[in-house]
Amino acid sequence: MSETGSVSAFGDRDHLLLLLREMIRIRRFEEKAAELYSLGKIRGFLHLYIGEEAVAVGAMQALTSEDAIVATYRDHGQALARGIPPGSLMAEMFGKANGCSRGRGGSMHFFDAPRRFYGGYAIVGGGLPIAVGLALADKLQNRQRVTACFFGDGAVAEGEFHESMNLAALWGLPVLFLCENNLYAMGTALNRHQSQIDISFKARAYAIPSDSVDGMDVTAVEEAARLAVQTVRESGFPYLLEVRAYRFRAHSMADPDLYRTKQEIETWKTRDPITTFSGRLRGRGLLNESDLAAIESAVGAEIAEAVSFAEAGPWEPVSELTKDVYTAR
Amino acid sequence: MPATTKMTYREAVRSGLREALRSDPRVFLMGEDVGRYGGAFAVSMGLLEEFGSERIRDTPLSESTFVGAGIGAALGGMRPIVEIMTVNFSLLALDQILNNAATLRHMSGGQFSVPLVVRMATGGGRQLAAQHSHSLEGWYAHIPGIKVLAPATVEDARGMVLAALLEPDPVFIFEHATLYPLEGDVDESAGPPDITRAAVRRNGGGVTLITYGGSLGKTQQAAGQLALENIGAEVIDLRTLRPLDTAAILSSVGKTHRAVVIDEAWRTGSLAAEISAVIMEGAFDDLDAPVARVCSEEAPMPYAKHLEEAALPSADKIVTAVRSLF
Ligand SMILES: Cc1ncc(C[n+]2csc(CCOP(=O)(O)OP(=O)(O)O)c2C)c(N)n1
Ligand SMILES: [Mg+2]
Repeated sequence: MSETGSVSAFGDRDHLLLLLREMIRIRRFEEKAAELYSLGKIRGFLHLYIGEEAVAVGAMQALTSEDAIVATYRDHGQALARGIPPGSLMAEMFGKANGCSRGRGGSMHFFDAPRRFYGGYAIVGGGLPIAVGLALADKLQNRQRVTACFFGDGAVAEGEFHESMNLAALWGLPVLFLCENNLYAMGTALNRHQSQIDISFKARAYAIPSDSVDGMDVTAVEEAARLAVQTVRESGFPYLLEVRAYRFRAHSMADPDLYRTKQEIETWKTRDPITTFSGRLRGRGLLNESDLAAIESAVGAEIAEAVSFAEAGPWEPVSELTKDVYTAR
Repeated sequence: MPATTKMTYREAVRSGLREALRSDPRVFLMGEDVGRYGGAFAVSMGLLEEFGSERIRDTPLSESTFVGAGIGAALGGMRPIVEIMTVNFSLLALDQILNNAATLRHMSGGQFSVPLVVRMATGGGRQLAAQHSHSLEGWYAHIPGIKVLAPATVEDARGMVLAALLEPDPVFIFEHATLYPLEGDVDESAGPPDITRAAVRRNGGGVTLITYGGSLGKTQQAAGQLALENIGAEVIDLRTLRPLDTAAILSSVGKTHRAVVIDEAWRTGSLAAEISAVIMEGAFDDLDAPVARVCSEEAPMPYAKHLEEAALPSADKIVTAVRSLF
């Protein structure tokens, strides 16, 4: 499928290189995060997105700065693709006061008000009702915005998925429900947690339009997301987009990854969204070695700078521990 | 002399809602049966007709999602008022309340606040058995990041809605279900009351009776009986369960040297236990007797009338508890 992947529809070379660069940024950022985790600079839970970069990068192209994002604990990819500076994300993972959540959230809870990034939610399914409410606020205030809500296949088993799909459809709310189906909820495979493994099919119960797309193909994701977002924006009605991808790393740094075979992982790695896409670009003469080297070196510099920013950041004074539990008056 | 109107507690909540809906276009009400039905306790009767279905929104039976949607709408610039039929059903929304509403401001480093108001009925006394009668507001008072109000009077029933809407953070209002028919005089031109203060509902020098919400009536009754025995009871209505007005509690106990806490929740791990600890920490040397508690019996609320009465606090139990301190 990836060999025939659509490139021409997004024929602008600059745009294609941007997609590639964005995926590489996420990949390198997370490789660095994993390294810093081993060094003890980053603690807590760290859920890597490696393998799924095409999902956030493709989907984010379809959204404007006016739209809202709701994400999960696996939120590095969405945050970077949304344009939150990597330094503020890295600092957050270091627990520093110059982090995007002042060090109160860590890897799982990135927030950024200026970019309408309403957070990483670590209770599976917990972000969906929030997205419904953000869309309700837009509808009540006659704003033509879309709220994009990212969640995993595991969340589909939660009541809040069904409640939120129902309420969004019932009230006609502009939510893009974007399910990142990576075939596993921690160690439980999709066919061991879903009676119906075609997730997009579930939208029919709510008469919500839906589609599923290959999440290892960034342009396919972008195309599907553009159609989905356009549908939501024009209709003011929700849409379910199931993006089928795979995570190459364990669920989190704490996961020994015993529930799937090395063979399965290796097979999926042959469909790596970055190498397949750069291969396609090369094949079409849109990318050469020096272009790639330039991207890598710019990304490398950006990440090195992010790490320095995090290293240099101050710790929030303990005296501010209870600050912002309530609004200061 | 401000003009007052006689109305029920139910009408007073409605009066507060109506004023809020009239004065702020960002305010809307949502919950199960708040519109066409008029509210499970008839609180919102007539509001759908007055404000229309965009602002008085009937929701499906999806407590978690409509509370979460309230949080999202608050993040999106609205001033939602969410009604949950009763506290028992609020348990289905506890994830959204505790993990999202209460955390978002702090966890986002102060970037996002959640100006959400959630109202719900609480308490027993209506023979509704163990899934419709419990008083769980003390659990909510455990949670940093939210405020918890318990209007015990008709005036507060109205005023607290208005006061809650002035708060930039989530506020939970617990309306004791037996209070809805209660009548009182309300000044409908009065602005929002100060919700940072407990109220002394009766002055006395012999014992401090600390209570809130649905137990205020029983406590007042007990205070009347105690007066006949020459025990002057001071009655404190906490009004706000989080944050507690500890100064009011301590200053009264400093004067009376005795305290009884009356709380319809179960005794173990209760708000009554918290108040008792507050007194121990802040007024230990003032006490002439241990702090006593009158709470519900440690059993799921039974249906049969005599058993339910035996389970709940009563004026007699309060009087007995006070006598034991002398
Ligand atoms: C309500 C809830 N139950 C359990 C967990 C523990 N948990 C964290 S992630 C996860 C798997 C979720 O899988 P999925 O939604 O597919 O997302 P993915 O991790 O694959 O991105 C589980 C069970 C949780 N965080 N929240
Ligand atoms: Mg998954």
